Amino acid sequence: MLRIVLSLTAGGLFGGGLMLSGMTDTARVQGWLDIFGRWDPTLAFVMGGALLPMALAWRLAEGRRPAAGGRFPAPPRAELDQRLILGSLLFGIGWGLAGLCPGPAMASLSYGGWQGAVFLAAMACGMMAAPRLSRHLDRRAANA
Amino acid sequence: MDAEWIRGLAGGILIGLGGAVYLLGNGRIMGASGILGGLLDGSGRSTAVERLAFLAGVFTVPLLIGTFADGTPETHITSNAAVLILAGLLVGVGTRAANGCTSGHGVCGISRLSLRGIAATAAFMFAGILTLAVMRRLLGVI
Repeated sequence: MLRIVLSLTAGGLFGGGLMLSGMTDTARVQGWLDIFGRWDPTLAFVMGGALLPMALAWRLAEGRRPAAGGRFPAPPRAELDQRLILGSLLFGIGWGLAGLCPGPAMASLSYGGWQGAVFLAAMACGMMAAPRLSRHLDRRAANA
Repeated sequence: MDAEWIRGLAGGILIGLGGAVYLLGNGRIMGASGILGGLLDGSGRSTAVERLAFLAGVFTVPLLIGTFADGTPETHITSNAAVLILAGLLVGVGTRAANGCTSGHGVCGISRLSLRGIAATAAFMFAGILTLAVMRRLLGVI
């Protein structure tokens, strides 16, 4: 039960933060990426604001256990691979095209009209197709 | 302009607090693509209820604010269905292949100085900037 309440709280803070920061507005996100046009620096403040409590949380996690039990995630891996970079590049193209990343896309169901729903449906299809692409890239990497 | 950066900073802090609650409470990295993707491909079946609770929060709070506070949030989502579908597919495939998006790699990864998080963020920012430069400034398509 505690895990569910904490998840709901985290999701609520995330959704509220997306809305307050303006990340629910695709024009704002595209404005951040549009450095050759009318550049909108707001996302830098959003990112900066989000990194503060998160960096503190990683520090607080050291030597402790999660409140609802279990373990903290293992230390991050250091090696970069093709899947990480290629996947991120594909994501970036889609992010630029529509101005939506997964968080705001989910929040957009409540305010984004049919456009938000179409994007979300396409994103869900992409997510279900992704394991095939990932396996293909992993095989190629293994053969290389 | 100054009101906007303050809202951006305040909203960002809320996003980071969400990540902090998810980490310190449940011991998990708050990644929007991973939480949804794990439900869709079945890999997150054992934690499905938690995932749904998170998504309920993401969806409900903007809905409540929109209903009771200052009206529907402003957005400019394109009405070009082809762009929406292509962009959605790319975001879905890309974030799952890379195991993360702006929240997982950008917020949670960079804040623990993960090389993978920093590299992923640099890659998707680069691709996004290039997309706007080509599709908006060069071709005028979006």
